[in-house]
Amino acid sequence: MSTYEHPDVIVCPGGPMLVRDHPDSTRPVAAVCRCEKSASLPWCDGTHKVLPADQRPS
Amino acid sequence: MRSTTLPRPRGELTEHLFTALRSASDFRGLAAKATGEDAALALWILHELHYRGLTDVDDALEWDPQLLRLRRQLEADLEDRLRSRFHAPQGVSFVDDALDWIDEQDGPSLARHVHRHASRDQVLDLLAVRSIYHLKESDPVAWLVPRLGVRAKAALMELQYDEYGGGDPNRLHHHLFEAGMEASGLEPSYDAHLDAVPLEALEQNNTLSLFGLHRRLRGAALGHLAAFEATSSLPSRRMAEGLRRLDFPDEMVEYYSEHVEADAVHEQLAVRTICAGLLAEEPELETEVWFGAFTCLDLESRFAHAMFARWGVEEKAA
Repeated sequence: MSTYEHPDVIVCPGGPMLVRDHPDSTRPVAAVCRCEKSASLPWCDGTHKVLPADQRPS
Repeated sequence: MRSTTLPRPRGELTEHLFTALRSASDFRGLAAKATGEDAALALWILHELHYRGLTDVDDALEWDPQLLRLRRQLEADLEDRLRSRFHAPQGVSFVDDALDWIDEQDGPSLARHVHRHASRDQVLDLLAVRSIYHLKESDPVAWLVPRLGVRAKAALMELQYDEYGGGDPNRLHHHLFEAGMEASGLEPSYDAHLDAVPLEALEQNNTLSLFGLHRRLRGAALGHLAAFEATSSLPSRRMAEGLRRLDFPDEMVEYYSEHVEADAVHEQLAVRTICAGLLAEEPELETEVWFGAFTCLDLESRFAHAMFARWGVEEKAA
């Protein structure tokens, strides 16, 4: 029987870090900002998409 | 739960169909040759039999073979039109490149207009028209669950759990929209604004139901979901700020604020766990996933053009 990867943390290239069961969030998965430009810190609000490529988190 | 009241017919097909539905009479001879609004409204109503039912219409008609035949003809026409506009992107992988590809597609933006320029009446009109989708948000996607493999199924449920409020009915997204409508002075029932809904919005909804109801279209449905979520977070922020500018009540603002954060999560999940799970299990569906994503953006762009034209707004100014 296959077992599947189900990590607690997924780092999204150019975007946020997904965290399952984050203690400060009511969502099953939270997106934590990594570009530090979000208006809703510590959470991602999609702002990384409008940043120049060199300012987006790797 | 309240069912949907049959709206005003928009042509020969809907006139005959609605009369026949009310009397549960013989549906043979209903021509599927209708086009435009008449065909789109007929299909929307036929799909409604599978969601919440129709007032004064026998629930058993959900599986009436003659109605299913008509539905199928209308769906086939819609699918042909959608596929005729689709061009598959070349040399890209959905899981690695879809979010960047979606960002590069530059369609007209209703949210940008609401943010800075829209009048209160235009926003009320937009909320009323969008209500036919938002009041059943996520329901078309729920049809997909039993049709997926283990990875995609678990991943989709992780997202849907959040859409449906994580078990709290007060946080269920379509309930938040209902509360926002009521606080804004709009009748919050599902069918109240159906007569005002243009062809382009009916087709957006019909496409969601088409993708959800047909197992063979599961790839397109998940691609559509990914594109939908990936074009929600920043526009939702603009919507929330525009609603504040126009002094809309907190409940309506809250619906969009919730989607800023929720969809920043959901867009990543849709691509990196849901579509990635589907494509790991069924790699042959990659083109279908792109078809769904393309169609989502294509239909939203057509809808935005239609709304700007309806309001007499020049798109450059929007």
